[in-house]
Amino acid sequence: MQMSGAQMVIEALKHEGVDTVFGYPGGAIMNVYDEIYKQNNFQHILTRHEQAAVHAAEGYAKVTGKVGVAMVTSGPGFTNAVTGIADAYMDSIPLVVISGQVPMSLIGTDAFQEIDSVGISRSCTKHNYLVTDAADLPRVLKEAFYLAATGRPGPVHVDIPKDVTAQIAEFDYSRPVEMETYKPTTKGNARQIKKAIDAIAVAKRPLLYLGGGVINANAADEVRAFAKLTGIPAVETLMARGTMGADNPLMISMLGMHGSYAANMAMSETDLIIGLGARFDDRVTGKLSEFAKNADVIHVDIDPASISKLVNAEYPIVGDVKYVVEEMTTLAKGKIDAERYVPWLETIEHFNKLHPLGYEEEPGVIKPQWVIERIGQLLGEKANISTDVGQHQMWTAQFYPFSRPRQFISSGGLGTMGFGFPAAMGVKRGDPERVSINVTGDGSILMNIQELMTSVEYKLPVINVILNNHFLGMVRQWQTLFYDKRYSETDLSMQPNWVGLVESFGGVGYNVETKEEFDAALKDAVEKNVVAMINVNVSRFENVLPMVPAGGSLFNMMLEYKDK
Amino acid sequence: MENERRVVSVILQNEASALSRITDLFSARGYNIESLTVAPIPESKYSRLTIATSGSVRVIEQIIKQLHKLIPVLRVYEHADLVEKEMAMVKFPISENLSDIETLSKAYNGKIVNVGNDMIIAMVADEPKRVSHYLEAVKRFNPKEIVRSGTVALER
Ligand SMILES: Cc1ncc(C[n+]2csc(CCOP(=O)(O)OP(=O)(O)O)c2C)c(N)n1
Ligand SMILES: [Mg+2]
Repeated sequence: MQMSGAQMVIEALKHEGVDTVFGYPGGAIMNVYDEIYKQNNFQHILTRHEQAAVHAAEGYAKVTGKVGVAMVTSGPGFTNAVTGIADAYMDSIPLVVISGQVPMSLIGTDAFQEIDSVGISRSCTKHNYLVTDAADLPRVLKEAFYLAATGRPGPVHVDIPKDVTAQIAEFDYSRPVEMETYKPTTKGNARQIKKAIDAIAVAKRPLLYLGGGVINANAADEVRAFAKLTGIPAVETLMARGTMGADNPLMISMLGMHGSYAANMAMSETDLIIGLGARFDDRVTGKLSEFAKNADVIHVDIDPASISKLVNAEYPIVGDVKYVVEEMTTLAKGKIDAERYVPWLETIEHFNKLHPLGYEEEPGVIKPQWVIERIGQLLGEKANISTDVGQHQMWTAQFYPFSRPRQFISSGGLGTMGFGFPAAMGVKRGDPERVSINVTGDGSILMNIQELMTSVEYKLPVINVILNNHFLGMVRQWQTLFYDKRYSETDLSMQPNWVGLVESFGGVGYNVETKEEFDAALKDAVEKNVVAMINVNVSRFENVLPMVPAGGSLFNMMLEYKDK
Repeated sequence: MENERRVVSVILQNEASALSRITDLFSARGYNIESLTVAPIPESKYSRLTIATSGSVRVIEQIIKQLHKLIPVLRVYEHADLVEKEMAMVKFPISENLSDIETLSKAYNGKIVNVGNDMIIAMVADEPKRVSHYLEAVKRFNPKEIVRSGTVALER
């Protein structure tokens, strides 16, 4: 069928089953917006900033497992979106980001709102396209969705000059994607899988090291089944929270810079790491030369470049975690005896008892960790939990009882303050039945505060819980520990009237000083079902512990901090 | 870890931004490029790119994997046993000894390719190391300009 480039965008989104587009219009993308006006296949959600549009698409993608879609105009529209795109790239989130571009005839002339968008996005996308002919659009858009969702997922950027959106060409979306140069491996090598199982069978202290790839591959059930069958304990990265489930007896905890003592000690003592969809990030390993010194490594990942990048893998397995773990489970039956690892589990239990994850209550002040535990007690499985970046993020990861994959939505690789609120809107859109909580800080929340308007307009009631320490807390913590308490530019004593702020957009706000007030505020916010801000004043100088100082060894954790 | 020199060939789709994807990758990840040549493969939609690089074994392995990961890349070869050639052209003042230059160039698979009013141009095509020797050897003829092509290679 003959149609304009702009119509093709709408048609392609329809064929891809897209029900939501987060975006913001402008000159170069107006032809497409004109077609959005005329259609009702999907809802367009007008965020109040392009960065928020991309984060919302990320939240939507993370909670649903589908490809998130964002749309922006050229120049500043695109550059505003870059932080979100980079965030999705670092955390392997499937997105298609469509941007307008100045007309072809003006490209290269420093035209109004011209920027070399594909030049900018090249290093933070899985792939990108500058479409120079409308006839290419059906193929390009189809490839974009395919690339975003398959293999190691990631953001794909499609830049479309304005004249291309007006150009008429043939639209045929029935042609299957044919990419000679892109064929992700999904099945793992059978011989390698067998070797890995043999290695597990003779190991004394094997450890499942679970990363975000397990969630991307929808492999949590398979991983739980494998753990149960073999009796092998597990640690999770930040991105993998929820995979095992908090009440799983084989679940140790999160590992890494703010991992639990038991998790980090288990990683330091293991003789066989079974890495699944994890990438040995520096926030996880600490000092590499001291990391898991006595361990061999089985590394299963869809991305061959992740394997042996930082830590050499004796058993590299390139493949989809879901498929490989299924195979491993089949092979493990009758071959691996859970009894074998009981002494290892006892060692871990000992670590756990020695230094359990915890905090000290103080009279008259709310501890931030308590707030997280309390949300967990009150809402538990019923809520999806997004976070911003900082101490509140780590406490959430440590203390919330995550029970399922895709329950925890957080910016891991890029660590983007301002992620939480728009992401939580996308989460609400993707999973409307559940409560969408954003645990945030008094610093982070102001980085996308304009989304209060979007949240009200589109009835995406996010409950923002501010763990308010009147500080850029995480930076303040480093200043306390490593900079002799020189609190350079981290004091946030100057604060807005939070309740007034949220009310001015049409939401509800609460100032909370006591535990009782917190319970009441959360209950009320859930009932009111509009965007909410619960401002909880928490102890100001609380530190996230344990802590492995940057560059230190994983087993050298700071377990407590006593002020001199 | 010891750095070794490696020559990597990449077969990639002819598209406007293919080359920048490669060079961006090298700069973003801090890999070395000693030389880089690229030209279309006749009668195909692919180009062949030859990169001479150096790094530890682990870095070389990452380079290859990261190149593979680029969507328009069809194949990556890391050459162990290869025939490698590079070309160089040198401009000399006409006052220099033409026949000495010619003899020297011949020894390096080359010749005089142009004689003008006030200068001569010689070219050689040989292994990169030998090209370096040649450029060293011709220093005494007061070369005015030197251009090297970068290496190309084929597996034996
Ligand atoms: C966009 C951005 N800028 C700066 C940082 C560096 N940074 C990391 S945590 C943090 C403090 C966050 O403060 P707040 O949101 O109040 O959270 P808290 O640590 O106090 O819980 C900062 C500035 C960042 N991660 N992202
Ligand atoms: Mg704070």
